[in-house]
Amino acid sequence: MGLNLIVLVKQVPDTQNVGGDAMKEDGTVNRAVLPAIFNPEDLHALEAALEVKDANPGSKVHVITMGPPSAVQVLKDSLYRGADFVALISDRKFAGADTLATSYALKCAIEKIGNYDIVFCGRQAIDGDTAQVGPQTAEKLGINQITNVSVIEKIDPKKKEIEARRSIEGGYEIIRAPFPILLTVTDEGYTPRPPSVIRVMTYKNASAEMTDSGYDESYIDSSIDRISDTAINLWDINAIGAAVESCGLAGSPTKVKKIESIILKSEDIKMVENTEDSISGMVHELISDHTLG
Amino acid sequence: MSSNNSVMVFIQQDESKIADVSIELLSKARDLADQLKVSVSGALIGSGIKNEAEKLIQYGVDEIFIIEDKRLHDYTPMPYTKIMVEVIKKIKPQVVLYGATTTGRDVGPRVASNLKVGLTADCTSLEIGDYSSRGIDYSNILYQIRPAFGGNIVATIVSPEKKPQMATVREGVMKVGSPDPKYKGKISTFDVELADSDFPSVVIKKIKEDKLVDLKGAQVIVAGGVGVGSKENFDLILELAHTLGGEVGASRAAVDAGFVSKEHQVGQTGTTVRPKLYIACGISGSIQHRAGMDESARIIAINTDHEAPIFQISNYGIVGDLNDVIPKFIKAFKAKG
Repeated sequence: MGLNLIVLVKQVPDTQNVGGDAMKEDGTVNRAVLPAIFNPEDLHALEAALEVKDANPGSKVHVITMGPPSAVQVLKDSLYRGADFVALISDRKFAGADTLATSYALKCAIEKIGNYDIVFCGRQAIDGDTAQVGPQTAEKLGINQITNVSVIEKIDPKKKEIEARRSIEGGYEIIRAPFPILLTVTDEGYTPRPPSVIRVMTYKNASAEMTDSGYDESYIDSSIDRISDTAINLWDINAIGAAVESCGLAGSPTKVKKIESIILKSEDIKMVENTEDSISGMVHELISDHTLG
Repeated sequence: MSSNNSVMVFIQQDESKIADVSIELLSKARDLADQLKVSVSGALIGSGIKNEAEKLIQYGVDEIFIIEDKRLHDYTPMPYTKIMVEVIKKIKPQVVLYGATTTGRDVGPRVASNLKVGLTADCTSLEIGDYSSRGIDYSNILYQIRPAFGGNIVATIVSPEKKPQMATVREGVMKVGSPDPKYKGKISTFDVELADSDFPSVVIKKIKEDKLVDLKGAQVIVAGGVGVGSKENFDLILELAHTLGGEVGASRAAVDAGFVSKEHQVGQTGTTVRPKLYIACGISGSIQHRAGMDESARIIAINTDHEAPIFQISNYGIVGDLNDVIPKFIKAFKAKG
């Protein structure tokens, strides 16, 4: 019995290579100057969904991302790896969204697809490291969640039930829960499959098109067999039926007050001479401020 | 003093034992509440937890709301979210703090999403201050300070327009205040109606592994790099770690050289750690290694090369041969500790 699966992914700036121009004056990220990549843990979430699909023939994997038009790249990558349906939600009115406004827009898009069993997302994105969008989306959908999933232990499509291993401090727990459910997936349990050559040939010319038609079944059934240049759905604020006051900056209660670069902290360093006295002094400081002992 | 407008802490319990981070947060809440001239409250959810609640008053807590039910023994998101939402709606605190643990980061976002209020993740510092935006002045706002962008920047976040202002706070960064056994606070029972349908998740197994190597849980990590030179020399790293009650870490180069096993590896392809103290011995500090340890509260670098990048992110630097430096370190600690 096939399951209806939705994966939330994000294109992120590669935070391993950040320069001083990475932030704009208003405190938002200047994505233009950074290489954009598929958020690493989202690739693991996609793999988890694809493995559920492989084990449950007839399942469909839908991938949604929110971002600027250039974010289609992560959707193409998802198609190359095996996604059946992809949608980009993009609108200038989404700009400046914090996690709350983001989760609202994602909720609207998920409900547009509708009738889902499992929603997957990466545990957190490497640009914000908040790990909040998954749980906030689940709450907006009114569904249960399992966060920090390293691996799915068992899926029972008849009982519509899942057992997943959830990483916790110093160990793990096994959670059993009914569908529908949202999972946030870590990078511990899955190895993302590489893009398939055949699928790359099929989708390399895919481009985003404005679609308000939502879930187009006919496309999914035939997609593998034809070259499609309309494989990527583009949804704006109206297409997902989102209220403008809940989106973007307007729908974001958190504001960035100040940004400081901490790339170099070397002025803070205290050089300690390699002598018994100096080292003893350092140890004393560390004990008196409770770092040691 | 009423708990209305208080600084509230979500008090986390695990097997009915209070999480360390919650005591840290109650201490910080006392600090913030004194500046705001309001009270400190706590919400403690679980079963058989009243005795534990009483032990927390001494940290300067004015009122702890306890919500008890056998079904609440294990944390699961749905009932805990429902309870926190009801507590916050009724008590109306101005600030709510959660530990940035797997539990706090599971429940906090749901509560924020339900109440449509702001939540800042994984804060490392909290302050009270003023804020102005579009001609409106807000006073006594919570500054929620956190690293972002892979640790390359530190951001101050505010959520001035909506109450409560909420944050998850990293474990180990707030200091526990000195307890005052005479402090007067009260324990109040808070009732929330819970149906079986509020408990969709079942914890069918919980395993706390006695790991041979527990880098994530270590307060002190002594890590060796390729500069250690040999497997035999690595014994010195072990000895310092043992002396300080810490764990042994390693750079990828040291693991690849066979000095120590892979479980010890810190960095992008190993474990990300944030101990109170990280001692990098013979580690040059590649960006991949730094990514896994640069959020440590304190860093000591011991290296023969005074230009090694590790010094740029360290609080203390010692230029010298670790075979010479470490014995002095051990001797100094044994003399003091």
